Formats: sequence, C-alpha cells, structure tokens
Amino acid sequence: MGLKKDKAIAILTWLCRISNLPQKKFFYIKRRMEKEMKSKRRRKGILSRLIDALFFRKKTAKIGIYGPPNAGKTTLANRIIHTFVDENEDIGVSTEIPHETRRAVRRGGIIIDLKSKSVQNQNPTPHSKTEERKSKAKLKLDVVDTPGLATKIDFHEFMAYGLEEEEAKKRAKEATEGVIEAIKWLDDIDGIVLLMDATKDPYTQTNIVIVGNMEARGTPVIIAANKVDLADAAPQRIINAFPQHPVIPISALKGENMEELYEEMARRFR
Amino acid sequence: MEIKMDMISEDKINSMSSMEKLRFVLDGVKSGNIVVLEGGLTPEEQMKLIELTMTEVNEDFPGIEMSGYPTKRGFLNLRRKTRLTVVGPAKVMRTIKKEKDLISAMISAI
Repeated sequence: MGLKKDKAIAILTWLCRISNLPQKKFFYIKRRMEKEMKSKRRRKGILSRLIDALFFRKKTAKIGIYGPPNAGKTTLANRIIHTFVDENEDIGVSTEIPHETRRAVRRGGIIIDLKSKSVQNQNPTPHSKTEERKSKAKLKLDVVDTPGLATKIDFHEFMAYGLEEEEAKKRAKEATEGVIEAIKWLDDIDGIVLLMDATKDPYTQTNIVIVGNMEARGTPVIIAANKVDLADAAPQRIINAFPQHPVIPISALKGENMEELYEEMARRFR
Repeated sequence: MEIKMDMISEDKINSMSSMEKLRFVLDGVKSGNIVVLEGGLTPEEQMKLIELTMTEVNEDFPGIEMSGYPTKRGFLNLRRKTRLTVVGPAKVMRTIKKEKDLISAMISAI
C-alpha cells in the first residue's frame, strides 16, 4: 500500500510540473488522494484482514480503552503511562463526576516491555516455557483514552455533584459529543480494553453493545474488571457474563494485578 | 399520564433498512413511547442508535434506555441471531435488573 501511494504521488508531482499546476492546487489534490486511499483501506474485506493479520503485523497497535462513565478508563491509561513511560505524565484527570473525559486522548509510542520486568525479578518462580515466553513479550502501542459510552446524558446528574446549571448543561453537551467521538474511534483501533466496574452489574446495554460490535468486527477484546480493591467488588459476575473473552480482575487505582493485564495485552494485541 | 407501548413484529423490522429502523425507533421514543422490537437490533445498529441519540440529546430529551439480549450464535458461529430489544425514553424507563435471560424494567409516568 505504501509503495502504491508513493508511486501515485510521484506521478501526480510529475503531472503537476509538466502542466504548470499551482502549488496550492497540487497540495489540495494530494490531500484528497491520501484521504481517498485511507478510506479505501477501511473497507477491507475479511480475507484481506486475515492476510494482514497473518503476514503484515502492525508495528504499533492502537488500543482503545472503552467502558461506561466512571469505570476508571483514565486511571488505567495513567497507570499504563506511569509504568512504561513517565511516572509524572498524566493522560487526563479522573474525578468522581461522570464524563470527566469528554475528548478522546491518544498517547503514542508506549512500549510494554515485560522482558525487562522479568529481568528485574531476582527470584523467578519455576514456570513453563509458554509462561516464560509470555513474560518476555514486548508490544509497542498507542493508547486511546476514550470518553465513557452512555445511552443517556442528563445535566441534572451533574448538578447533583455541585455543578452550576450552566456548567452542567455545557458538560452534558460536551459529553454527548464525547460519546460520538468514542464511537467514531472504533473504526481506527486494533484492539480494545473494555473496562467494567466490578462493583456494578455487568449486564448493561453499553457493555453488551461494545462486546457485540467488537465480535462483529473481529477486533480483539480484553475485559478488565476494575475496582477489585473495593469490598463489594465481584469480578466473577463479569467472568460469568462474558465467558467468551478474557476477563482480568484489576485495580487501576491501586495497581493490583496489572502484570496479568499487561501480559494479556502483549499476547492479544501483538 | 399514559404510556404507549409499540410492539413491532420481526417482519416489519426486516422490511426496513438499517437507517429506517433507527429513525423509526428514535422517533417513537422521542414521542414518549416504549418500543419493543421482536428480533431486535444488531450490535452495530444499537451502536448507531446510541450515536444518533447523542446528536438529539437536549434538556427535554436526555436520551434513551435500551435493553436487549446478546446475539445468539448460529451454526459454526457464522450466523448471528439478534433477539428482543426494548427501547424507551430515559425519563420514563429504567432497567432495574438484567441477567442473561431476564430483563426487569420499571416504567414510571412523570
């Protein structure tokens, strides 16, 4: 694809030169052509996707963190960045007010290097070859922290958290745009970490819709049952609800069981 | 206050295109009705419905409440069979309990 694009642009440049086309017009045509090629790439069939998956693995996987509002998506994204990039860098702010993240934020160039982690372990426990291979997995990824998916956004809910009416209405408007943005991002990602609150009922329609869509697209899904540090957490309910997908119980806030999630990410999203 | 409930047969749903279905459901819900779809919506259609709903959310219409069963897999996991979907205005309908094969919803008039 890259070679075809380069050839097409070279031909276009040559045609523009011999026809004395203005530079502005040239860049306009080039942009249109690139856009067209990008949209064509999205319409790949099952066979093309299978061949790509088998022979042309992407160097960088774009991973979306999805889930309902207040599930801990930004906390997880921050935890990943603190662990593998910079302890002082935050992708976003997390608060108790729902829809705190109202714009999707992408952080590129994160390398999940479990090999270095296993080297740090001075007293390794005896394990099988498969486990050893898993623990040495390396994955380069872009993390996309998305706004929470919801079917309703009522500004009155924000007022219950002490926001003024005008501010609550503004937040509701931005939150609706955020939901649309999160849905649009689904077209551009290679895998998702679906975050669910382990203290709540997992059979919500948004969870079912996300899982159903990913299954239809053939995109790998890892379910993270978050907030297991809380007393009323029941990750087993999530495991029972979605037995067809790997469910990893974690606490993004306290950093509990994160190694298992990283291993699963490195295995599934490579 | 009375609440109207529209129960739509699978045949009627199948005769409509995806966008027609969504428009039909959302128009019904915005009028204050509960729409029950035999055969249900596919996960893709449900995602589109959420997207469409978000473009129409305002102070009077905070959104929808939607409930449905996950799709059933057919022979060799190739064919997906959608099942019942219930959609209602978020102001009126509230899902209380949802399990694999049971949906409990509360419908309250304002």
